[in-house]
Amino acid sequence: MVVVGVFGVVMQIVPLLVWAERRICAWVQDRVGPNRVGPFGLFQPLADAIKLLFKEDVLPDGVDRFLYFLAPALAFFPAAMTATVIPFGAPIMVGGDLLHLQVCRGNVGMLLFLALTGLSVYGIAFGGWASNNKFAMLGGLRASAQVLSYEIAMGLALVSVFMTSQSVDLNVIVADQTGTWLGFIPKWNAVKQPIAFVIFFVAAFAETNRLPFDLPECEAELIGGYHTEYSSMKFSLFFLAEYAAMFSSCCMITTLFLGGWSFPGMPSGNTGVLFGFLTLGVFFAKVLVLLFFFILVRWTLPRFRFDQLMHLGWKSLIPLSLANIAATGVAAQL
Amino acid sequence: MSTATPAAGKGTLGTRTMKMNIGPQHPATHGTLHLECDVDGEVIADVRPHIGYLHTGFEKLAEYRGYNQFIPLSDRLNYLSAINNNIGFAQAVEEMLGVELTPRCRVLRVIMAELSRIADHAISIGLQAMDLGAFSIMLWTFVEREKLYDIFEAVTGGRLTTSWTRIGGLSRDVPEDFVPMVRKFVEYFPSVIDEVEKMLNKNRIFLRRTIGVGRVSKDDAISHGMTGPLLRATGVPYDVRRAKPYLGYEKYDFEIPTHPDGDVYSRYKVRVAELRQSLRIIEQAIENLPSGPVTALDSKVTLPDKFSVYNDLEALIHHFKLVMHGHGFQPPAGEWYSSTESPNGELGWFIVSDGTRNPYRLRCRPPSFINYTAFPKMVKGGMISDMVAVMSSLNIIAGELDR
Repeated sequence: MVVVGVFGVVMQIVPLLVWAERRICAWVQDRVGPNRVGPFGLFQPLADAIKLLFKEDVLPDGVDRFLYFLAPALAFFPAAMTATVIPFGAPIMVGGDLLHLQVCRGNVGMLLFLALTGLSVYGIAFGGWASNNKFAMLGGLRASAQVLSYEIAMGLALVSVFMTSQSVDLNVIVADQTGTWLGFIPKWNAVKQPIAFVIFFVAAFAETNRLPFDLPECEAELIGGYHTEYSSMKFSLFFLAEYAAMFSSCCMITTLFLGGWSFPGMPSGNTGVLFGFLTLGVFFAKVLVLLFFFILVRWTLPRFRFDQLMHLGWKSLIPLSLANIAATGVAAQL
Repeated sequence: MSTATPAAGKGTLGTRTMKMNIGPQHPATHGTLHLECDVDGEVIADVRPHIGYLHTGFEKLAEYRGYNQFIPLSDRLNYLSAINNNIGFAQAVEEMLGVELTPRCRVLRVIMAELSRIADHAISIGLQAMDLGAFSIMLWTFVEREKLYDIFEAVTGGRLTTSWTRIGGLSRDVPEDFVPMVRKFVEYFPSVIDEVEKMLNKNRIFLRRTIGVGRVSKDDAISHGMTGPLLRATGVPYDVRRAKPYLGYEKYDFEIPTHPDGDVYSRYKVRVAELRQSLRIIEQAIENLPSGPVTALDSKVTLPDKFSVYNDLEALIHHFKLVMHGHGFQPPAGEWYSSTESPNGELGWFIVSDGTRNPYRLRCRPPSFINYTAFPKMVKGGMISDMVAVMSSLNIIAGELDR
């Protein structure tokens, strides 16, 4: 049931996100945005999906057929899978059984997350390589280089979180963030580990290929980057993947740094259904705020240049995260 | 896909540069430009621009038309600043004929030329930001351009292609609410400039993407014959409005903004500063807008007013002599050159007349074309992303480039 629920949420959040992105960007840009199909234009993503389904599926000359077909699926799969490790809410007692609102429990969750995010770049790199297009290939190359620069910083930022929480189990990490200081400052990792929070946040932008790090697609110079040659449903899978990855990343940031489903002043040990839904609501409220921020950033900032991005990754974020680990270690011994 | 060309013995593994065709259909080219690039990874080793995709033969067409008939064609040169082209061309012919413009016409031309400059610079700044990924800024400036186009529509009847001037005057006088419309815009627009500057001036990403990118030295800029904001961005305070004043520009109080570095950032800074200077000129002009006719009625090149055409035989003959096929005014034989400051630089017109109603030869000095000659120098050794930034900072308009 939880599996279906999580998959359903990921699939449903994507059209909503697309709609939100278009409305928010219209708001930033003094426009109206889609408002014709359905109430407030809410059915616009549906109309887009139908349009994309009926588009001609173009197979350009000279493509590597196997990889060309594999790439969109490979891009979407990890993006949708990462949501499985997230604890979405407090466990609920249903008919004597404790129902965990998490698909994949246990302490390997974090490793699975790291493995899957590492995998997601293959879809983009293969797509760029297989398309037999120079712009696409450059996009794929950029994606690979970008992931190399950011995966490490991301992992190192996580290490310091693990050090604070003394665990890699996401449930323990969430439990560690309950409670407050002075009654109003929540004991979130964002407060305990502000540097790791910022690094992870920046890396999440790079991971999801969102502006200012959307170099693999970069419509200004690479036209569409890795998906230049894709059309129809294959294109929409790439599209879905981007938004699903954005959602997963925001879930991960919420869980790791913003206290997950917990909230200040929360009673502990409650397993009621209503309480479960309340924590679920708290979790999604945090995620939505993050998503809003993701979208706002995209429509505000210019994008980095390729070498500047590598510079930022290797020369700023990685040393900073290493220093942060050292500082955390020292602080833990004091 | 074209084949890769081997580079001259580079690297032990036999690495080659890759040939990449950017354009003629490419989002960064803003028109039909074609760049044949040799790229080494993402670094541009060499670039060969190909031009001519939008060649329309304006100059040849002019040889088969009377001078007034060329004005609609001049719109299509740089379609982002049609009014400046109209004014520049009309002025060239007027200098040839020795026609004295009425005071109202001169001031109106100044106001509209500066409004058009604002429209061009605003969109150019917006596109510069857009090509670096900041899409919203483009739309913010685009809205302002639409507001300006509303004014243009009220004045000229057209939004993009205005065909506003006539030899010896204007197509018609401005509407009654022209002054309040312009005042409203002039009062409101500085807040938009502030907003754009707030978004970009301290934006680290924007600064990194623009400072030191596409640099061209002062000497190079002069030897290439670059003009306009691009030349002023290298620190040369050359502006036709100051160097060779026309339309009474010497009477207006304005500065010529310059920036010393000659990179993409300098061009952005110069354009933003010029927006403010244009507003200053408009403020002064609108305060002292004289009344009276907008066409030089006493000359033989402008149409007489309709009332006298219907009531006066002389005027009727005059009217027909101007509009009938095979007739029209005939300038003296000779050669003339006249230039104005268009938003992209010095827009010059060289006219050879053999004394007939059509020019014998008409040659346009298009700022885009001459500024574009320095483009390979600016992008060589940079990255593909820099190329896009440089391209949008040049504000190359293909219609003017290829003519």
